Amino acid sequence: MDIPSLSIDSVREGLRTRNFSAVELATAALAHAEKENPATNAYLSFCPERALDAARRVDEKIARGEDPGPLGGVPVAVKDVILTKGVRTTCGSKLLANYIPPYDATAVIRLEQAGGVIIGKTNCDEFAMGSSNENSAFGPVRNPVDTDRVPGGSSGGSAAVVAQGTAVVSLGSDTGGSIRQPASFCGVVGVTPTYGRVSRYGLTAFASSLDHIGPFARNVKDSARLLAVIAGRDEMDSTSAFAPVPDYEAALDGDIRGLRIGLPKEYFQGLASETGDLIARGVDVLKSLGAEVREISLPATEYAIACYYIICTAEASSNLARYDGVRYTSRADSAESLTDMYRSTRGEGFGTECKRRIMLGTYVLSAGYYDAYYLKAQKVRALIARDFENAFGQVDAIVAPVSPFPAFKIGEKINDPLSMYLSDIYTITGDLAGIPCMSVPCGRTGAGLPVGMQILTKHFAEATMFRVAHAFESERDF
Amino acid sequence: MKISEKEVRYVADLANLKLTDEEVHRMAADLDGILTHMDKLNELPTDDVEPMAQVLYEADETATLADDKPRPSLDNATAMANAPEHGAGYFKVPLVIER
Repeated sequence: MDIPSLSIDSVREGLRTRNFSAVELATAALAHAEKENPATNAYLSFCPERALDAARRVDEKIARGEDPGPLGGVPVAVKDVILTKGVRTTCGSKLLANYIPPYDATAVIRLEQAGGVIIGKTNCDEFAMGSSNENSAFGPVRNPVDTDRVPGGSSGGSAAVVAQGTAVVSLGSDTGGSIRQPASFCGVVGVTPTYGRVSRYGLTAFASSLDHIGPFARNVKDSARLLAVIAGRDEMDSTSAFAPVPDYEAALDGDIRGLRIGLPKEYFQGLASETGDLIARGVDVLKSLGAEVREISLPATEYAIACYYIICTAEASSNLARYDGVRYTSRADSAESLTDMYRSTRGEGFGTECKRRIMLGTYVLSAGYYDAYYLKAQKVRALIARDFENAFGQVDAIVAPVSPFPAFKIGEKINDPLSMYLSDIYTITGDLAGIPCMSVPCGRTGAGLPVGMQILTKHFAEATMFRVAHAFESERDF
Repeated sequence: MKISEKEVRYVADLANLKLTDEEVHRMAADLDGILTHMDKLNELPTDDVEPMAQVLYEADETATLADDKPRPSLDNATAMANAPEHGAGYFKVPLVIER
């Protein structure tokens, strides 16, 4: 078996023809991942016992003549902000370096019920805050395409393992682009579903009105399959949606004739020229497939960065208050009083970016500033959402870049937080509006760096999004 | 300057975050740049706009409420398992009240 090139279907076929068993595959996948990991630092831990247990259950089902499930035997990696019972979950933070969760996230339970085999947990920016994966307490992840470069963030590890071929698919989380941007930088498919489409029970909260769980895969079909497995109402997450989960794979018929696709003019200013050229070639492919492409406008776009970094830091400052050295984090030794213990634990435990966001969030929520920042941002958020609502009155899907530029060098932007924030411009709008959006590979620059094309649709129209992505993936010739 | 080092120290206290002098200095510069960018929002008139706190309101008000039924929760030993210090089934913290 050639592990780096496996897909969900090829695993299924290999198991069906008895080419390999699920236990053999899990064993080989673990060995391969452990051998390749030093090149990227994409995995923070492996869970062989749990993987082999899951694989054994798949083999037993097959032996009984039962269907092993839509993910039967597939080696999966899970971002280390998603809880796995009994398997260390660090959130990329020194504070949780030894944290062993007492329960599983709903997405993890659904993955394994569908036959998925979780082999390890992936590196990420601390508490999912970052756009380069350089904010992990356990060292940066290196982009498998070019190991001097970042894989993107915050789900850098989950993108890298799929690109590197050390997992078939993976789960990440997205608050402002943390799935799509690393997918784009590493040349894989990354999907941010509609807000509420996937339960966040067991996802470590960063900014609750923006957080999503979503899949990474090497092809659109695998990403659609994985999303279908984890999506759907969960009574453990009151924000999870009741809407039924459609058969996404049925939409992958390649037919986008007459589909109206909008190109938001605000998203094509300030692009690196090679990125712009590749997206333009991508749009030509969609036209050749019969899509009706037109220019649209999302006028509030230029306010999105300011809006996003007020809302997400405000929510983060509240959500991160729980890491206080009492219940699950490590504790500073030097403390003399309770307050001193809190302050020292948090001061020593959080990395620079988390501290910056806690500070910013506390500031914008503090007396005298709430109306000027937080309330104002919530109103601007409504305008950004309204822009998309208006746009989806005219078009069925929106196509845009994911990032203004391809993967940058490790260390290049880390000392300039504002410029790092500004690079999130094309991804945060989808999160603010809560609409589904994904990155699909759209060729490479002259230097061989992958560029992703973003596809956005209205709430719960993931099937249309997958239809466009799949048609494009099948037809792309560059 | 949008924010002084004195204000940074005040906000750090609100957030229960101990910062070194060097961190305070750097934080003031970083936050100043970011807050200056955020002033951009004032260009946009929003007097007649309702603030948006949550994305979707697809369900009835009560549909997302869980049934009021007890169900098993973590047992005490499991809940304590990750605590840095515990004893007799409780989390332990530095002394709060002198006896």
